[in-house]
This record gives sequence, C-alpha cells and structure tokens, in this order.
Amino acid sequence: MTADPHPTDVLQGASEPDPSHAIEMYRQMVTIRRFEELALKLRLDDRVHGVVHPYVGQEAIAVGVCANLRVTDRIVSNHRGHGHCIAKGADIDRMMAELFGRRDGYCKGKGGSMHIADFDVGMLGANGIVGAGLPITAGAGVAAQLEGSDAVAVGFFGDGATGEGPFHESLNIASLWKLPVIWVCENNQYAVETPVASGLAARNVADLAAGYDMPGYIVDGNDVLAVYTAANEAVRRARAGEGPTLLECKTWRTHQHALRDVVTVDKRPADQIAYWAAHDPLEGFERYLLERGIMTADQLADVGQTVDQDLVDAVNFAEASPYPAPEEALEDVFAP
Amino acid sequence: MPALSFANALETAMSEEMRRDDRVYTMSTAPSPGLLQEYGTSRVRRMPISEATMTGIAVGSAGCGFRPVVHWRSVTFAFMAFDQVVNQACKIRYMFGGQRDFPIVFRASYLNGTRSAAQHSQTGYALYAHLAGLKVVLPSGAADARGLLKSAIRDNNPVVCFEPGRIDSMVEDVPDDEGLVPIGVAAVKRPGTDVTVVALGYMLYPALAAAEELAKEGVSVEVIDPRTLVPLDTATIRQSVQKTGRLIVVDESAPTCSMASEIAAVVAEDWDTCRQLRAPVRRVCTAAVPIPFSPPLEDFVLPDQGNISQAIRESLGYAQPVGAANGR
Repeated sequence: MTADPHPTDVLQGASEPDPSHAIEMYRQMVTIRRFEELALKLRLDDRVHGVVHPYVGQEAIAVGVCANLRVTDRIVSNHRGHGHCIAKGADIDRMMAELFGRRDGYCKGKGGSMHIADFDVGMLGANGIVGAGLPITAGAGVAAQLEGSDAVAVGFFGDGATGEGPFHESLNIASLWKLPVIWVCENNQYAVETPVASGLAARNVADLAAGYDMPGYIVDGNDVLAVYTAANEAVRRARAGEGPTLLECKTWRTHQHALRDVVTVDKRPADQIAYWAAHDPLEGFERYLLERGIMTADQLADVGQTVDQDLVDAVNFAEASPYPAPEEALEDVFAP
Repeated sequence: MPALSFANALETAMSEEMRRDDRVYTMSTAPSPGLLQEYGTSRVRRMPISEATMTGIAVGSAGCGFRPVVHWRSVTFAFMAFDQVVNQACKIRYMFGGQRDFPIVFRASYLNGTRSAAQHSQTGYALYAHLAGLKVVLPSGAADARGLLKSAIRDNNPVVCFEPGRIDSMVEDVPDDEGLVPIGVAAVKRPGTDVTVVALGYMLYPALAAAEELAKEGVSVEVIDPRTLVPLDTATIRQSVQKTGRLIVVDESAPTCSMASEIAAVVAEDWDTCRQLRAPVRRVCTAAVPIPFSPPLEDFVLPDQGNISQAIRESLGYAQPVGAANGR
C-alpha cells in the first residue's frame, strides 16, 4: 500500500490453497456477499429487526484466514460478524433465524445480528463493544495452552479497536505468554466515520507489532490469496508455539457502518470509493480462478445460483421458525 | 476445627479447589507464593497490570471449558475491567442463548476502615449486584470465606466474591470437612425477637456489638448476615421481619441504590412482611461522600456500633430520630 519504509515485517513467498479448497473459499465468499446484501434488503423491508453491520467488501479476510483453521480452532468476532460466522462454518439457516429473532436462531432470538455465536464450530461470538473481543481471544489462546493442544485463536477487530486500551493489554500479554493467537485487524479505513489517520498515530496498525515483539504484516485485505498466505504463516507460528502475529488487512467496507432503517449518505471521498470499487475481492478471486483454470465462468455462475437458493431456503427456515414465547426471555441468564 | 485468618481461609479454598479440579486456574497481579509453589506458573498466572484483559481472558477461557479465578485485588482496580463484566461476563451466556456456561470467579476486596482514602475505600458490590447474570457473595468471616469461595468456584456462573479487607487477619475456626457454604443462603448470626438487623460484610461485628449492648437493656435483636447478595435470601430476611416487625439494614456503602435499599425494598414490597412492620424500615449506611482519609473523618462517615444502636432505639421508639431519615 505504501512505498515508504516502515518497520513492518515482509512476508516471503506465497502459499496457495489447492483447487478444491479454492473453490470452497469462493463459495464462502459468495455466500457472505449475498447473505449480507440480502440481510440489508430484509432490514430495509423491515423483515428483520435492529441493526445490521454489513461485511460486504471484506469477505476475503474472514475466508482467507479461516481457510487455515480447523473446527477445533477458535475465533472471536466483532460487531461486523456475519462473515466470520460463515467462514468458520456456521449454518446460514440458524444465522438467518437469529436475524429474524426466532427460536431456531443460534441464540434463540436473544442475540440478533450483532451477537451470533456457534461454539460448536469454534465461533466464540460477535461482540457489540469495540475492542472487547481481544481479551476474549487471548482467553481462547490461554485455553489452548492449558489444554496442551495446538489449537489457535483468531481475534478479528477493526482499525477502530486499536484506540482501545485492551488492544494494548491483549497484544502485550499474548506476546509475553506466547499465546497461539492471530490478531487480524480489518483496517477498512474508517472507525464509523473517523478516518484511521485521525484515530491512530502510527502509520500502519501492523507497525505496532514491533513494540510487542511479534511479527506484523500489512496484507492486501481484498486479495483472498494474500490473506490466506499471511494467515497460513501466522497459524503455523501459533501452532508451533512461537506466539502471536498481527495481520493488518487493508480493506474497505462497501456499505455504511451500520444499517437500521434508512440508508445514509456515504460521506467518504469519491476517489477512495472508486479505488476500492476497482479492487473488489470477489472479482479479483474470480479472475484468479478463471486464469488458473480452476473454475469456468459457468461454474462461477452455478455457485451464485446455488448460494441464492441456499439463502431462499435460509429465509424460509427462519420464517417457519416460531418467535420465542415471551417467557423464554427469563431463561438462560444463569446456568443450572 | 483449625483456626484460620480470613485471608488464609480464602487461600485455603483456592488451594483445595485447584486440587479438586484441574480446570481451575487463577490470574493475579500478585499471585500467592503458596499457590505458585503448589500449582506452577501455568495454573497460577502472574498478570501484568491489565485488569480488562485479565477479566476478558477469564471470559474466553471459561467459554472453552476452564474455570478461571480472577484476583482483581481491590475492587477499585476492577473498574478498569468494567466492560468485560458488564457487557461480557454477565451477558454472554444469555446473549448467545445458553450455548455455553461461563464459570468464573472474580475476587475483590474493599478497604473501608483501613485509612486507605476514597479510591480504595468503596464496597462496590451494589454495582455488581445490579447486573443481571452475575452472582455476588460477601463473606464476613473465615469459615464463610472458605465455604463461599469454594461454592463460587464450583458454580457454573460468574460469581464475584467480595472480601472486606479489614478482617484479613481476623481468625476464626473453620470446619475440618469440605465446609461448603451454599450460595444464596443467609445466616442468622444471633437470634432475637424485637428487631431484625441485617448487616453486610464487616458490618456484622458492630451490629453484633450493638445487639449485645441492647440486650443489657432487655432488647432482643436478631442479627442476619445475608452472605450472598445475589441471589438474596429474601425468605430468611422476610421471616425474621415478620417475627420482629422492625428492620435495620447496615451497609457500609453510600445509601442510594445500595444493597441496603434493595433489602428494604424486598421487605416493603411483600404484603405478608409489610403488614407486620411496626416501625419504618431503616438504612444505616455510609455518608454519601467519597470516604476520607483522616481517622476522625473516616470514622464519622462509616456506620459504627453507635449508629446501629441509635437506629435500633429509634425503631423501638426509645430514642428520638436525629434529623430526617436519609440512609444514615
């Protein structure tokens, strides 16, 4: 992104997913893209409730990272969590039911869009508090250490989280204890409406890694293969007991920060919008798949159609699920 | 019946529970040398001064099947970790539909009465009691400290254990057996028939002294230690007030939205209890000021035996109220 010298580490070489894996990654990216576009439409149509934080434009990050993970690995998400859920293997039927506030949703209608979790696939939850997921990620890393397993923990957070104290605390402790953690900063350039340069003194988030004695890489967050490569190295380090890595994935959210019931005017500069529109992560990956002969244009289209049908099914599943009984609001506070 | 100090009883509970269940581990900025020696640095983790992340690590690892004990030390420092308690630990089970349990113990002392000045002298427990999804225990002696902390560690929910720092060295006999004290069960520390005094934490001692003082005047005071603040043993408190018709609550916290207020409310809103009341319910709390340093200042703002005796006499009609009732 920048030709200026900075203390960020430089990653050597590239790792590529094998073709069948690449096809699955593409399917996940399309699923995330279309799930999110559908969620926005459902929200504007008032069929789902509350607030939606769309992941459109950032799909390569969740998918490129999670493609390196096992079901026993854990991730912790932030407020923009649908993409992380899908990439880690969550079921879109139950996700959709949660958006609809239904009993068969992941959280039985108690969480909604911003609080989806699926502990069975190692998705430890989306979180409405900026920066709060980092300590929880460190906790998943401690759990792996206590288990004596080679499981890793991934913390996804935005550029805005770097302004929070727990960002410092968690990176420091992860490095001190050599926790098997991958810190994934999705730098989409804006903390709600504050440009990253107005919120962070460092030139790059990845530059901060040096201060914590861990590697930090700047990654093209719109290039799923670049993310895959960087995450591959970070996961290798973590499994080997070499400690945490900070990945700064430079990206762009296509839509507004969050949608309730009105689409707000995008105040971000037109040249930035145009730049990122020309670097769409899905289009870039499609070019790769075609050029390498991994998929044909027809096969790409087939994936889109299959995903669309899956989403129709998900909405049907959600709408067929009942709302929870009001008294269910009183359940689940305490464990027995 | 070994005699243990309050602090050693808590340490004993930690050691016993870590021995019993290897999923229990602890984090502290000043880990106990004894625990370190017995269990090593993996299960007894020395923390940098990072309360928020220490607390969040507990949340994350509890969700992965472990049973962390976070030693915040003074509750004062725990406020650095308030998000991880308010937004995470006590909501995460519910918000995610009960997918996982989060068995975490947070230990927090408070130093009222030790000339520690405002920041280190605040009980804080009402702030935590207010949060749905958190249990709160408050032992007042070594046996309860050991028994409640052990129960807290075995509980499948986040529990905050508040520890009145000024009784750290107070010695009491503790049982030879497991000595578990159930969460949610109050103790009648002195039976009586004329007035019920509910006293929280260290306040038990001036309350017992006041009861002894009033006994010489022929007044029979029942003294109750709630021991657990959430869930509160409302049945024991209500039954006592139904018998005595009078309630004094002693809480060394500022009165507004205090546990004293809560205990007064659970009595006042219950018909069977309210109709037995023969005098207004009375809170004896700390003055609504930051607690000052200088001994005469601190002694003036904290409740003491004299305040409690006066409140009992007023309740019985033996003394005229001094000023308007305002939680003092």
